[in-house]
Amino acid sequence: MDDDQVSTAVQSTFEFPADTTETAPAEIAAMTPARKPRAGTGSKATPKKTKATGKRKKAEQQPASAETMAAQQREISISEFFARNRHLLGFDNKRKALLTSVKEAVDNALDACEEAGVLPEIRLEIRQLAEDRFRMICRDNGPGIVKDQIPNIFGKLLYGSKFHRLKMSRGQQGIGISAAGMYGLLTTGKPVSIISKTGPKKPAHHYKLAIDTKKNKPDIIEDRQVEVEWERGTDIEIEMVAGFNRGRQSVFEYIEQTAIANPHASLYFKAPTGELLEYPRATDELPTETKEIKPHPHGIELGVLMKMLKETSSSQVGAFLQSDFSRVSPSIAKEVCEKAGITPRTWVNTVEPPTAEKLYNALQEAKLRAPATDCLAPIGAEAILSGLLKGIKAEFYTASTRPPTVYRGNPFQIEVGFAFGGELGAAERAEESTNGNKKSEPTTARVIRFANRVPLLYQQAGCCTFKSVTDTKWNNYGISQSRGTVPQAPLVIFIHMASVWVPFTSESKEAVADYDEIRKEIKLAIAECGRRLGIYLRRKKRRAHFSQRRDVFHKYIDEVVDACRSITTFNRDDFRRDLVNLAERATDAADMEFDDHGNILAKNKRNGDDMENTVVVDGAGQPRGQLKLFTPGDGEPEKKRRASADKSGAKKTKLKKKRPKSKK
Amino acid sequence: MAKRTTSKGTSGAKKSTGAKKAPAAKSSAPRGKRRERPDTAGKIVTLAQDIVSLAHEETDPFVDIPIRALSNVDFNPKTRYIEMGDKTQRRNFFNFGQAKRFMQTMLVASKCKENVEAQKTTSIRGMYYLSKHTIKGTKEKTFDAQEECDPILEDLEVSLSALREELHVYASSRGAMIGELTFVDSGDTIDATKLGSGGYAIPSIVEPDVIQFKKCNAKFILHVEKDTVWRRFVEDRFWEKHKCILTHGNGQPPRGVRRLLHRMHKELKLPVLVLMDNDPWGYYIYSVIKQGSINLAFESSRMAVPDAKYIGVSSFDYDRFGLSDDVKIELDANDMRRAKQILNYPWFAGKKPWEKEIRKMAKNGFKMEVEALSVKRLTFVTDEYAPAKLKDKKAWLD
Repeated sequence: MDDDQVSTAVQSTFEFPADTTETAPAEIAAMTPARKPRAGTGSKATPKKTKATGKRKKAEQQPASAETMAAQQREISISEFFARNRHLLGFDNKRKALLTSVKEAVDNALDACEEAGVLPEIRLEIRQLAEDRFRMICRDNGPGIVKDQIPNIFGKLLYGSKFHRLKMSRGQQGIGISAAGMYGLLTTGKPVSIISKTGPKKPAHHYKLAIDTKKNKPDIIEDRQVEVEWERGTDIEIEMVAGFNRGRQSVFEYIEQTAIANPHASLYFKAPTGELLEYPRATDELPTETKEIKPHPHGIELGVLMKMLKETSSSQVGAFLQSDFSRVSPSIAKEVCEKAGITPRTWVNTVEPPTAEKLYNALQEAKLRAPATDCLAPIGAEAILSGLLKGIKAEFYTASTRPPTVYRGNPFQIEVGFAFGGELGAAERAEESTNGNKKSEPTTARVIRFANRVPLLYQQAGCCTFKSVTDTKWNNYGISQSRGTVPQAPLVIFIHMASVWVPFTSESKEAVADYDEIRKEIKLAIAECGRRLGIYLRRKKRRAHFSQRRDVFHKYIDEVVDACRSITTFNRDDFRRDLVNLAERATDAADMEFDDHGNILAKNKRNGDDMENTVVVDGAGQPRGQLKLFTPGDGEPEKKRRASADKSGAKKTKLKKKRPKSKK
Repeated sequence: MAKRTTSKGTSGAKKSTGAKKAPAAKSSAPRGKRRERPDTAGKIVTLAQDIVSLAHEETDPFVDIPIRALSNVDFNPKTRYIEMGDKTQRRNFFNFGQAKRFMQTMLVASKCKENVEAQKTTSIRGMYYLSKHTIKGTKEKTFDAQEECDPILEDLEVSLSALREELHVYASSRGAMIGELTFVDSGDTIDATKLGSGGYAIPSIVEPDVIQFKKCNAKFILHVEKDTVWRRFVEDRFWEKHKCILTHGNGQPPRGVRRLLHRMHKELKLPVLVLMDNDPWGYYIYSVIKQGSINLAFESSRMAVPDAKYIGVSSFDYDRFGLSDDVKIELDANDMRRAKQILNYPWFAGKKPWEKEIRKMAKNGFKMEVEALSVKRLTFVTDEYAPAKLKDKKAWLD
């Protein structure tokens, strides 16, 4: 799936230098078999090409003949292409190169573990060898790789299992780890080192691989059996010229966000500085294995249909439509064929491009059921909460998973999570208290974006998720926001899109395209979380308000007692206690206590709107990573945690502790 | 004020408050009457005890304060003075907006009681400082300004139906007296005919335990608006020639002056004649002397002089005395507005002469001060104007 897009890009770009484009548009239109190595599915690339061709024509001084051009036409290996165009795959600069390599390694590791049904445990280490030279070491506890496949997987571009599947998987950069290896090879001349062990009793194989860029073939430099202390998994080491940074768009950020979106994974990261970041797993549940689905007719383009016609194993059109697409029943297949002027029994290989176009249009017009959405494996609100709890220290957490829906025939599902307050606003508060004035820069909300559990770190402003955030009216939820900007609050907004096909805005796969359906879903999910945050904030405000009032009453109680006492005699303590009780009752909202889910505890509850999928952390310094929040049937640990949090000095209101409860 | 809740049977807060209201309404009718021995301290004690027992009954403690506004006063045509209505405002302790004022009320009450018991009096400013302190554990003061304290004291007066003087608080002396009267003030006998040019400064507290009248040769009391006019009359020894007592209240007379006028009128049977500026404010000062004020409506029976007469300056005097244009002060919008208000007060409404008088002023388009009469001659007011007005009883306004 993802790889299709890459190959498109690859094709369109690498043709230019060879100047073979004269014939290309005609070829594409006629859909004659492609002579080029990866003649993909070109309709997307077509306009681009035509435009570029036009430009080129103007620039050319002497028109070349077809023959002279043919002399220059030759196959270009994908590896060679990569060597020249590495920026397309995320290796534009040193820092990004390191991040991309880490991403490829970690994403591969996670995918492998999940597919094998293993709870992932990934150890990443980056060592600095020289000023701009680093070694990345990534080890997982996955199934390992069969010895014979190791050279292919790591030494050959575009080799893998996810290439043409329509299935929800990470598969972020498509070209994968081999590209990272090639980058290492290109910049340092050092081969990639892989150790793989497929089981406790199996031997561990150690390969050192280079890539023959011309032939796109692995070049085995070393191959031997080694002894390792771990039982199973894959260890990959790549040395490369790179840059290491912190903060935004860094490996740190990537690891942190990956931990949030993958609470079932344990991540350990050792930075070149020697720091060790640990994100132990927060849930023992592996994400549901996703099903591969067939494309939905509404989600394809004409070119794809033509390609499918050519590649299908069915011989008749009716059978082809039913077996190669989802949601096409025999009656619909018949209807579509008739509209296109053929019958279901028409032989597939007789379908000419004009008929194919008619068929395509008929398919688009046909009333089809939306694609099955069981191919999606959302993270789930509870797991998002676990992830947020693990990765972000805040006070209020909530998450929402939208029901699956469809854009352009592709099933997708949106999930949103919020982490609010707590340490997120600590910097701002500290600044305020030191400066004394309230003019310090307000904390701006941070948006963390994910596509199929992979963090998106670049091109935030161009992303549909980000636009949905700025498009939301945050003031409705008690959060300040200047019109059309990111809200100003100590808030982290987690947005995840799960889909068999995430529509990225570009080949570099850094931002989600702005489809109305997607934006609508994101906004609905944000609204759901926003409402809960709003309720929580209002409850807190009310509590603070009444607590303030109570303070006022308490302030005056002694004055009134003294005054009355100087007028007449009575039991001073009784009177004082009576007044304190009355003050408490008048401000009982100040006693409002929240449970772990931001709901008002029953004893002072007034209304019954309970919040789902919400966690409130009150005490400071809780080891959040270890909270077992949603294990079914164990409410006990939760309660215990609460109690201990209270004891450890969780301050609800100032007065609460002073007063003995003397309610009837 | 908060009525004592004695019945132990009433448990619900609502019930007990309802029970309390009834006696409150009843007691308001005879309020102020026959107050031979005001037990001010006892009233304050009751107030405090009510608060304590309310708290004990788990009821938000409160003080009911009669409303001091035009909406809560009635002109009683029988007694011919303004009486306070039954409307009260409840001041609760555990109401966020009222908590501080409740605390202040109790604070002022306690200070009043201390003063009553110690037999000391203080000014309203003194009361402000007495009650002012920093609240324990805060930086907040019980009172931030005297303006906060003064209305609290007034609240207390009406709630306890006790005069400010009975609470041992006095206002600054304003107003003076001279004339054919001998009296005792705090044990000192004062012959008001022998007071030189300064006269006797009327104190704030003029109750019988402070002032007793001894000998009176006066036939009436002439109350003038201001000190300047009063001095003119004193210098010309008007009181001697016309056998009267001369008083002034420096504008709106303080309660001491009004109380003294009331007492002299009642006890010495002296008619009270009033000489004011010819403007709406002059009219209103007269009406306060005659019918009482809105603010102190609960004390009208002790201060009002319903038989007081307005002898001048009248709007018709300009023509009658052939005054020159120099006396005129143009009426402004403010004056006109006030004049209309006054005409609508129930104690003015329906009085034809007053209607004529005010309409005439409006028609004139100018007002006149008593001092303006000096344009004729410095002593014109004492040797010609006032004697003429005194004789012409028909021209008096009631």
